[in-house]
Amino acid sequence: MTATTKPWKRYLLHLRSAVPALCLLAALIAPFVLEGFTLYQLTKVAVYAMAILGLNLLTGYNGQFSLGHSAFYAVGAYVTAILMTTSGFTPYLAIPIAGLAAGLAGYLFGLPALRLEPLYLALATFGLAVATPQLLKSSHLEDLTGGVQGISLTRPEAPFGLPLNSDQWWYLVSLAVLVCMLWLARNLIDSRSGRAMIAIRDNPIAAAAGGIDVAGYKTATFAVSALLTGIAGGLSAVVVELVAPDSFTFNLAILFLIGSVVGGVASISGAVFGGAFVLFVPNLSEDVSKGLAGAVYGVFIIGVIFFMPQGLAGFAQKLKARLEK
Amino acid sequence: MSHLCIDKVVVRFGGIVALDGVSFEVPEGEIVGLIGPNGAGKTTLFNCLSRLYQVHGGDITYNGRSILSLPPHRMTEIGIGRTFQNLALFHNMTVRDNILAGGHPASRGGFIGNALRLPGSRREERRLHEKADRLMEELDLTAVANEGVGELPFGTRKRLEIARALMSDPKLLLLDEPAGGLNHDEVDELAERIHGLRDERALTVLLVEHHMGLVMRVSDRVVVLSFGRKLAEGTPDEIRQHPEVIEAYLGKAG
Repeated sequence: MTATTKPWKRYLLHLRSAVPALCLLAALIAPFVLEGFTLYQLTKVAVYAMAILGLNLLTGYNGQFSLGHSAFYAVGAYVTAILMTTSGFTPYLAIPIAGLAAGLAGYLFGLPALRLEPLYLALATFGLAVATPQLLKSSHLEDLTGGVQGISLTRPEAPFGLPLNSDQWWYLVSLAVLVCMLWLARNLIDSRSGRAMIAIRDNPIAAAAGGIDVAGYKTATFAVSALLTGIAGGLSAVVVELVAPDSFTFNLAILFLIGSVVGGVASISGAVFGGAFVLFVPNLSEDVSKGLAGAVYGVFIIGVIFFMPQGLAGFAQKLKARLEK
Repeated sequence: MSHLCIDKVVVRFGGIVALDGVSFEVPEGEIVGLIGPNGAGKTTLFNCLSRLYQVHGGDITYNGRSILSLPPHRMTEIGIGRTFQNLALFHNMTVRDNILAGGHPASRGGFIGNALRLPGSRREERRLHEKADRLMEELDLTAVANEGVGELPFGTRKRLEIARALMSDPKLLLLDEPAGGLNHDEVDELAERIHGLRDERALTVLLVEHHMGLVMRVSDRVVVLSFGRKLAEGTPDEIRQHPEVIEAYLGKAG
């Protein structure tokens, strides 16, 4: 750093490495200063961020497209709800099991799907997204899924007599799960497995010639992606206290995709930006213009893609790089 | 041990016979050059060795065992590494990560261990990094270790491909036109490097090349393909004087 560095810039430079810690601190204080609906929204940001993180691993790092992640989210949500209501499971056990169930579904779907070219894979997953709400409503599964009505459940209060209300507690649980997932995903990407995933995305033939089992990694990535999204779905069931077929339509899959691209598809932190974007920007658009909310939202999306081609996370990275110059 | 045996290999694309009963051997410790005019079947043969193309007749064995039932990603495991003619780098990774990715078959860590940064995974990662550092030193890539591969000069990218292939500790290295696009000095350097690889790493090398000068200089033996058949085989001197080879390259006199 030279002597000519402006004081404010030096100050920012000191600050930059503290940014993640400050964000986490703010997130930890949030439940004690925010209340009710705002906190509920933040909880949903965390939940969406998990699902988007799952999609980022698949699409951003492994180059496989999915328009069907709403289906894995639904598996997570329904398995959690069913285990809790019919078998009396605690959510702390039901959600991990639901995540594994979604991961298994992802693995089984990934097995045939990975042989498909990207466009066909997108279409196949789209089929999955379209079929899911119908299947959930189907009279054959009605006893299990509650049909059109879905299943309502009650989320437990904070354990151990902690002085937290249920909103605060479940916000903190979601936050903790998200932070764990971000850490695990970062480790994974920076490892041998992550390099194999990226190598397959960049050049599958060279990856295979370099000893990487392309089919095996693609299926495994599909499973991991679905697992993260399934856990998000399970948490959402508990937070919302209701699962219903129409919450898991194709629109939800598109929501994840928007969050993924806008946040930065090949990025870990981008999932958080993406989760916040898909939750807050539609409301913001409505504040701008009630009648044209959809159009304003569209303009926001186009704006981000146009001005920040690497997504919000890429933009933040660029700012940081400029500061360090 | 490294002994590659190509035995009457036939490959057809539709009605076209790309390889028509080609046989030759690559014994341990030799540098064998594979030459031939465009369309002679050199790259086709290479892609058979990497299991990217299906073989329709004959057999390819490595150390006595047929490779034709193995999937492409198992080739590094049995000791066969390769580079690509048109550069097949992982273009969104840094130089270091490209090399590290090449160490995939020489490591084990799975998703769970890596995601949790278990001690075993961390040790393995450290070992891979040390090995990558040594290879970057050896191939003059240390200065660009953290750069993306997109902006690098062609010659540097070619060296990177070799470094990546060496990460898996191959016994047999397949080089697909390593001199393509290199300038005169770089070709000289490459020739030395190929000899160095054989002498210091005890590598066996099979080399496809258009650059005659390089092939004649580095090869112990040269195999000439023409229209999918083996035209000749011998030392560089024998090949230089072989009438049919001269004809294939220069056309019939008179």
